[in-house]
Order: sequence, then structure tokens, then C-alpha cells
Amino acid sequence: MTDYDVVVVGAGPAGSIAAKTAAEKGLDVLLIEKRQEIGVPVRCAEGVSREGLEKFVNPDSKWIASEIENAEIISPSNHKVVLSAENAGNEVGYVLERKIFDRYLARLASKAGADVLTKTSAVSFKRENGTVKLGIRSMGEFSEITAKIVIGADGVESRVAKWAGIDTTLKLNEIESCVQYLMTNIEFDDDTTYFWVGRKYAPGGYIWLFPKGKDAANVGIGVMPSLAEKSAKWYLDRFVEEHFPEGEIVEVVVGGVPVKGAIDTAVADNVMLAGDAARHTDPITGGGIINAMSAGHHAAIAAYEAIKAKDYSKETLKRYDEKWKSDFGESLVRNKKLQEKMMRLDDPTLDRLAKSLEGMPIEEMSVRRLAFELFKKHPRLLWDLREFIV
Amino acid sequence: MKKLIVNRYRCGYCGACVAVCKFNANELVETYLEIYEDKCTLCQACVRTCPMNALEVVE
Ligand SMILES: Cc1cc2nc3c(=O)[nH]c(=O)nc-3n(C[C@H](O)[C@H](O)[C@H](O)COP(=O)(O)OP(=O)(O)OC[C@H]3O[C@@H](n4cnc5c(N)ncnc54)[C@H](O)[C@@H]3O)c2cc1C
Ligand code: SF4
Ligand code: SF4
Repeated sequence: MTDYDVVVVGAGPAGSIAAKTAAEKGLDVLLIEKRQEIGVPVRCAEGVSREGLEKFVNPDSKWIASEIENAEIISPSNHKVVLSAENAGNEVGYVLERKIFDRYLARLASKAGADVLTKTSAVSFKRENGTVKLGIRSMGEFSEITAKIVIGADGVESRVAKWAGIDTTLKLNEIESCVQYLMTNIEFDDDTTYFWVGRKYAPGGYIWLFPKGKDAANVGIGVMPSLAEKSAKWYLDRFVEEHFPEGEIVEVVVGGVPVKGAIDTAVADNVMLAGDAARHTDPITGGGIINAMSAGHHAAIAAYEAIKAKDYSKETLKRYDEKWKSDFGESLVRNKKLQEKMMRLDDPTLDRLAKSLEGMPIEEMSVRRLAFELFKKHPRLLWDLREFIV
Repeated sequence: MKKLIVNRYRCGYCGACVAVCKFNANELVETYLEIYEDKCTLCQACVRTCPMNALEVVE
């Protein structure tokens, strides 16, 4: 006898969609979250693509802070390239209010029939007779529950991965170290997201501004620890002082974003990893919400099939690997390669590129076009990327 | 003896340091960062990753 078919660890977007989907399939599901409140502290700039989001939920004004039409990319010497939201990829379309959004998703899971426990951490893991004994500490009380399958949706700091024997440790060039301020008293267009690129601003990353309504915006930075000489906060403070000296900081967000690219496998016996735990974030944009939800969905379906077949072995669960890889795995591989190349561009190169594209009609601009222009101008540098671009 | 310490007044409990530790020497317990001195090799990967500059190796 097991207590649950599936225990999902972590109630972020990956975990809540996994729990919801598994419960809808009729499985006995428990969703646990170590924080006492789902969704806080937020670790996100909250941008998602319209299309990606609408695959899973109907947009609701309760948790949509802004709708975005344009993305503006700003080079070190202030040349600007503007893209429309549809062409800008993963992170542009809506800006969410994740404090509310994450809770909404968890409630969908509970409505679908999953049990949900907050202030409850997974603290230990052992396999026994083909199932898992998962130690949990719930509001201070330790207990052990047995489950056929554990879905590790436990975010960047995933413990489940390590327990299961999947090494997801990030190297210093596989993570973006991030700080973000919610700022008021600053000027911006409320239908535009802004990206400042170049080493001058953010070594190995970028600075962003995402509007949250008309009066406030997420202003944040990601830097790559292998390239940065100071902390992320240091670079952001310098930027804010220069660009928004009058701005007020009304909230601070801190986080690490995996930019590892696709891992070989996200499964082990009885275990699947989804979302940040499986390093499913896009290596260029750092966007991870949509991939996390997709991964959670695929993992739940694989769990359902495994439970139907009464086989929770790695071999069977590998179906999940196939699913997420064919969904977004290839783009993780491609964007990791692109990211490594882009990181080598120095600031004068970025400036020349941005200058040559400045003023181009929005309809004609896309990330693909950007890459193409880059390719035309720097054939040697980007020769080995030709397969992705043409 | 050298050891790794966290400045709790700076830490934003984000877990980035946990993601880069090869030695399982730290853990984010809700909003509290635990450092397990017995496992920590003082490799400083976490120190370089911390967005808030909250980690430090001291004598
Ligand atoms: C500064 C910043 C900006 C970002 N901006 C964007 C953006 O604009 N767009 C975008 O798409 N993505 C963005 N991301 C990435 C995005 O936030 C993540 O990819 C997304 O949250 C991943 O969802 P998840 O469900 O995998 O993990 P999370 O949302 O991190 O959820 C994991 C959950 O597991 C819980 N947990 C961990 N360990 C345990 C345990 N042992 N027991 C129980 N619970 C546990 C955690 O408390 C957490 O609630 C950003 C990230 C950062 C840090
Ligand atoms: S990386 Fe820094 S801010 Fe984040 S949990 Fe670790 S010590 Fe705290
Ligand atoms: S110094 Fe190295 S071993 Fe110690 S906690 Fe940091 S990353 Fe882990």
C-alpha cells in the first residue's frame, strides 16, 4: 500500500500543473510546498508569452499586471532595436502578478482533487520495494509517506534531483545571478519591455525593465558569476543610480536562473524532475515559466501511464524525457549554443549591430532576423551557427 | 579556522548558492539558509554566485 500515487515536491508553476494534470487523470496526488505561502517570496520578472500561457490557462485580469506590445533592446551606446511581442519570444506578451498566479495554479490543482500542504518540506528520500519513502516535515512535524512516483518540481535549489542521483549542480557559467527591484517614480512606456545588453551593464546577462501596470516596473539584472567581478546587486545599483536616480524601490527580488541548456535526463527510478529543478529555463532569455508548466504537464501524463502499467522504473519514465525534449528540449540546446556565442560579442560589436538595425520597421524585426544580421556581419564568428539560422 | 558565513541581513533566500554547491553543504530551509560546515570545502562557488554578496569566508 502506498499513501499516494504521486507526490509533487514544490508548488511553483511546474509542480502545480503537474499535480493538477495528474489529479485530473484520476491519480492520488499530494502537492507539498515548503513555504508557508505559495508564490512568495517571488523569484521572477514575471514576463510570459501570450501563446505559451494560453496553452494552460485563460488569462485573468486578477493576475495579469500588464500587456506588452513591444520589446526594446538597448545597446551599450544607446542604440535601440524594437521588436514586436510576437517576434520577441518567450518572455514578452503578459507581465504576471506571480504572487497571485502561483496561488491560482495551486488552487486549480486542489480543485482537480490533489491534496495540498504548505509549510511542508521534503527532507529525506529512500527507495523501498519499488516505491519511495519520502520524509516530510509539515509545520514542524516529521512523517514518512510512501509514493509510487515523486515529481521533483522543487526549483533551482532542487534536493529531489540529488536524492534521485541526477546531478544538476550548476557551474558558474550555467547560472544567472539575479536581483530585481520593483520601482515606482520612474519613466517608461507601459506596453514595452526593455532590455539593456552588453558587458558594460551586465557581464554575461542583461538588465530588464518589465512594466507592472502604469506606475511601477520590475527593474532587474542577471549576471553570470564566471564573468562578473562584482555581485548582481552591485551592477544593478549602479544602473539604477544612473538611469533612475529619482526612482523608489518598493520590493526586492533575488534569484538564480539556470542557463545550463538541456540536461541528458530528467528521470531516475520513481522520479521525474520538472521546471527549474530540471534546468528547463531558456538559456538566452532566462524565461522558465512556460517550460515549467509544459514539463509539469508531460511529467504528470508519464506518471499516469507508468502507474497504469504498474512500472515506475527509469526505463518507463523515460517517455517523459522524450516528451519534454521534443517539446522544448531542442530549443534549449540551440539557445545554449547561441548564448555561448553571444557572450563572446564585445560591446563595440553589439553597438555596431544595434546601430545597423536601429529604426528598422517593427514588423520586419524578429530574433531570427537579428541573428541573421549578426550572421551577415560576422560570418566567421557565427559560421558554426548556420544550421540554426538559415 | 576558516569558515563560510552568511549575512542574514543581506540574504534574499533565493537558493542560487544551493544550486551551485557540489558538496551538498548548504540548504534553503524555507527562508533560512543552512550551511553544513562539515561538508563545506570552502570552494567559494556560492560566494561568487550570491546576487546579494551575502556569503563570505572568514577566519
Ligand atoms: C530574477 C528572476 C527573473 C525571472 N524572470 C522570468 C520571466 O520574466 N519569465 C519567465 O518565464 N521566467 C522567469 N524566471 C524564471 C522563472 O521564475 C522560473 O523558471 C519558474 O519559476 C520555474 O518554475 P518551477 O515551478 O520550476 O520552480 P519555482 O517557481 O522556483 O518553484 C519551486 C518551488 O519548490 C519549493 N521547494 C523547493 N524545495 C522544496 C522542498 N524540499 N520541499 C517542498 N517544497 C520545495 C520552493 O519553495 C518553490 O516554491 C525568472 C527567474 C528569476 C530568478
Ligand atoms: S545566494 Fe545569497 S541571497 Fe541567495 S540564498 Fe544564498 S546567501 Fe542568500
Ligand atoms: S563554499 Fe563551496 S562547498 Fe561550501 S557551501 Fe559554498 S559552494 Fe558549497
